[in-house]
Amino acid sequence: MNNSTLKKFFSDNVREISLILVIIVISIFVQLRSGGNFFTPENIADLFTETAILAILAVGMMMVIITAGIDLSIGAIMALAGMIGTTILKGNQEINPVLIILISIVIGTLCGMINGALVSKLRILPIIATLGMMNVFRGLTYLVSKGSWVLQNDMSRAFLNVATGKVFGINNLVVMALVVYVIGYIFLNFIRTGRKIYAVGNSEESAQVSGIKTERILWLVYTIMGAIAGFAGILYVCKFGAAQGETAVGYEMNVIAASVLGGVSIAGGTGRVQGVLLGALLLGLLNNAMPLINISAFWQEAIRGLIILLSVMSNSLIQRNVEMKALRRRNI
Amino acid sequence: MAKQVIQADGTRIIENERAFSWKRFMFQWEWMLVLMLIIVNIINISSSSNYANFDNIMNAMRDFLDKAIVVFPMALVIVLGEIDISVASIMALSSVTMGMAYQAGVPMGLAIVIGLLVGTLCGFINGIILVKFPELSSMIVTLATQIIFRGIASILLETGSVGGFPDWFNSFGWGKVGSIPIILIFTIIEALFFVYLLHFTKFGRRTYAMGNSVMVSKFSGIKTNKIKLIIFTMAGLLAAVAAVFLASKMGSVRPDVAKGYELDIIAMVVLGGVASSGGKGKILGCILSILVIGFLRYGLGLVNVTSQVIMIIVGTLLIVAVAITNLKSSFGQAKWVKNLSNNIKGVKAQR
Amino acid sequence: MAEDYILELQGITKVFPGVKALDNVHFQLKKGEIHALMGENGAGKSTFIKVITGVHEPEEGEIFLNGKKVVFKEPKDAQKQSIAAIYQHGTTYHHLSVTENIFIGHEKLSKYGMINWTQMNKDAKELLEKLGCNINPRSIMGNLTIAEQQIIEIAKAISTEAKIIIMDEPTAALSKRECEELYRITEQLRDEGCSIIFISHRFEDMYRLASRITVFRDSQYIGTWGINDISNEVLISKMVGREISQIYPKQEVKFGEEILKVEGLSKTGYYKDVTFSVRKGEILAMTGLVGAGRTEVFHGIFGIEKIDNGQIYLDGKEVKINSTLDAMNAGIGYLPEDRHKQGLILDWGIGDNITLATLEKFTKYSIIDRKAERQRAKELAEKVKTKALSVFDKASSLSGGNQQKIIVAKVLNSDLKVIILDEPTKGVDVGAKAQIYEIMSELASKGYGVIMISSEMPEVLGMADTILVMKEGRVSKIFEDAKNVTQEQILEAAMNM
Repeated sequence: MNNSTLKKFFSDNVREISLILVIIVISIFVQLRSGGNFFTPENIADLFTETAILAILAVGMMMVIITAGIDLSIGAIMALAGMIGTTILKGNQEINPVLIILISIVIGTLCGMINGALVSKLRILPIIATLGMMNVFRGLTYLVSKGSWVLQNDMSRAFLNVATGKVFGINNLVVMALVVYVIGYIFLNFIRTGRKIYAVGNSEESAQVSGIKTERILWLVYTIMGAIAGFAGILYVCKFGAAQGETAVGYEMNVIAASVLGGVSIAGGTGRVQGVLLGALLLGLLNNAMPLINISAFWQEAIRGLIILLSVMSNSLIQRNVEMKALRRRNI
Repeated sequence: MAKQVIQADGTRIIENERAFSWKRFMFQWEWMLVLMLIIVNIINISSSSNYANFDNIMNAMRDFLDKAIVVFPMALVIVLGEIDISVASIMALSSVTMGMAYQAGVPMGLAIVIGLLVGTLCGFINGIILVKFPELSSMIVTLATQIIFRGIASILLETGSVGGFPDWFNSFGWGKVGSIPIILIFTIIEALFFVYLLHFTKFGRRTYAMGNSVMVSKFSGIKTNKIKLIIFTMAGLLAAVAAVFLASKMGSVRPDVAKGYELDIIAMVVLGGVASSGGKGKILGCILSILVIGFLRYGLGLVNVTSQVIMIIVGTLLIVAVAITNLKSSFGQAKWVKNLSNNIKGVKAQR
Repeated sequence: MAEDYILELQGITKVFPGVKALDNVHFQLKKGEIHALMGENGAGKSTFIKVITGVHEPEEGEIFLNGKKVVFKEPKDAQKQSIAAIYQHGTTYHHLSVTENIFIGHEKLSKYGMINWTQMNKDAKELLEKLGCNINPRSIMGNLTIAEQQIIEIAKAISTEAKIIIMDEPTAALSKRECEELYRITEQLRDEGCSIIFISHRFEDMYRLASRITVFRDSQYIGTWGINDISNEVLISKMVGREISQIYPKQEVKFGEEILKVEGLSKTGYYKDVTFSVRKGEILAMTGLVGAGRTEVFHGIFGIEKIDNGQIYLDGKEVKINSTLDAMNAGIGYLPEDRHKQGLILDWGIGDNITLATLEKFTKYSIIDRKAERQRAKELAEKVKTKALSVFDKASSLSGGNQQKIIVAKVLNSDLKVIILDEPTKGVDVGAKAQIYEIMSELASKGYGVIMISSEMPEVLGMADTILVMKEGRVSKIFEDAKNVTQEQILEAAMNM
């Protein structure tokens, strides 16, 4: 590879490369600081399975944010789908786990469709629509649970194996995340509908003039997000062996942080799958590392918020820099 | 259709007074809210015999007026075309710092001032970030600060709580002047202040202008950054005030106080007729919507509806309120409405 | 006979709330011709294009393609009939690549139904080369210059294999060399069988390319002529509606001392070393191509954007302007270019709009005196001869010309020394135009310094005492004796030779 192709590779993938570097640096730091507790097989396996669920959700959130929207209700959708799925399992232990997963995906999809209709047809601001629905879905979760928990004992062995089983030596969840990423990558880069999402995010008006049905695209991204949240929800309760009213409260902030770290602009129009995957990995790393170096759980919340704030502020500064360079190039 | 009067020398006359119009008067959103308030009260009275006495109503008010305190500055935020999701977290952080200061031996009065200062500072931080980074939306900034502020409260107090405040402090939340709760008196004064601020001053007019178009406001000599900063700082300050009342009512402070308050507060603002896109709305509407949602919650509580079901109801109410205000503005522009009104006037619609 | 025309529109009327954009308009496009559509700003040309491309459905009228009637309910319908438009303010996706901007919606697919980027990039490169352009198709659209983006727009139209292409002011932001390129491309398209509607202000575009000309004026169809069958003077009078000399009511004014002086004004990427001055009673016209930096300079002087370097002197004293309030307090008034986005709050009544910039004048003890406000608004609105019933009328219900007059009233309510008018007659009907020119003359005679930013040669030549031409962010030439300047001299100073 000659010099200029290498240079181009770097400038095209600046964010991803910096994320990889940060991940490496933090990993080394944590390994040293924690007295070698980081790079153990158990911890690394833990890291990947935790991150897998976060990563799966980030693909969906990415599509929503590209259209300049947001979805605050995914934590609640995860809880609702997980609760309904495991409640059904509780009474029917012989059911095939795959069926339970499908049911949860359907629940999530229905929730997403409602969100999509509110945003695309009724033109309600995404933040308000999903804030309201977050409470509705969460309330429904409590109602379904009737105040009690679904515990590990209520779940069948076959079901729990979904989260602990392996395929070719790699944990199921990680495999599922990789599959979701491949599908996401293909959809967003090689399928016309996927590209239309970017078009709508860049300029809804231009997209309409080009003949793209922007309402449908908006409805679609929230529906997909809902389906993914349903999927992730059932995996989540499976992994933790418990479903209750408070499941995944606040989880949406994790997902938004991963997307923003991964380079998705809150203003819409840009965002790459590779970046989001690394963003999720970095966030998962931070979540995993903080207990290891004795940062109390109470600090983790504030740090997560700070990550989001600093990420969007630095995205802004980078964008200003790019624009300044373009202005200087004008030779005026 | 009336035609413009043109005088003999060619000058056109423009009217600067207009007659009172019943149509304009009756078609206001506030009447809808009055109707809702009547319905809520009818439901409450018929479902619980405990409801319709003066003391109970005053108790009910104590229940929701701490949220009401934040509704008025939030109305200004939304009229401005922005949003502030961090208010509940500001409430938590300011009451926690107040509690910790008291615990550390600071006299209660000073501790309260510290809490208020912290809240004001939080609001100021929101505002200054938005001013220095105009590319960022208030949505993402306050979403992030929502987590940071409550996170700091958690760091300070962990799972603990601070209580044991002096007796006079508890009277804020529970005390009365005559038979009227102190918190109600405060809220009424605050509401009057905001009516004055939004509807009678230059500041209020300029806020409406910014909510309609920041660009036009800039071209009209309006200091848009200053107004934005002031409004977000006010929201922080009044969130801290609400937190003081809440702490007084509960007798203690914890990092997870006021969890989920932002939903009710935003619902009260939007139901009050303040459009989420900005530039429209009245304080009177917010006063009415506070009563509607407040009494609804209280009434549901009286018949033991669980808080989770109430969550669903308020969430739905928020969405319905926004949907109605959206439909209201596109209602006037829909072709079929135009045709209908033109036909009614007996004029052939312009084809 | 009808079949000779590849495209024909008859009796098209299009109405928007409060304004008739097209009034019984006709148009016929012959196969393989380049047909120029001319008319002043606001004559209806943009709306007309949107009717042809299916963005707007007309209230009345019919469209025929090759003699057969068609109805377009949405843009896709027009696209299916091989109609493509190149808009002035491009429909671009700033964060996406050139290739995507060209092919979005009709990307090339491989046999598995997936987008074939390699093929698409190759096709894009070929298209661009055919147009004589060597931009890398993978580059991001937002990083290109306006001229380059224009070429991509053309590539987009060609990629759909359109047979009817409409170009809306394609030369507005181009240098002379880039114009030549555009002419070459347009002729190439015609030679390959396309029929082209070419909209432009510029006579040289028309003489160079068109075989026939159609004129619109005030939303109406005026006439169609062969390029050699009509003289310049007659053409101008058809576009404008009267003899030029009658429209510009200029009073003889004696100039006073310097009221505004600007020295070395610079802002990276927008303008550099701008120096000029205006005297009391003088009308300075600021002209140049779109993108030359005229409006940006005044956004800096008025405090909308920060200036990187330079000094501003008002009435001999230096002033520091960091906000629009500073500018207004110093005595600078500004009539913005975009009525709807910068000048008026359309949802508000005209009274509230007029007083928005001067609320302190109606405030006693912090409370706004609404009665005084309405009274003053009435006086001002009457002074500018607004056609409206009351101060409560919504700004959105007024015609373009009346909206402009309201903004003038708003600006004039302040105590000013200098007034800047940015494209004051854009989209304004002839009657209101004349009134605005009268107001300008009156302001000059009262001793204000008046600056008019304009792209319309006739009004620049008709109203100005001094003409300043900007080119690519710098002052190209200042003509102190506007009475004896020709349009050619101005264009020469404005364009790259």
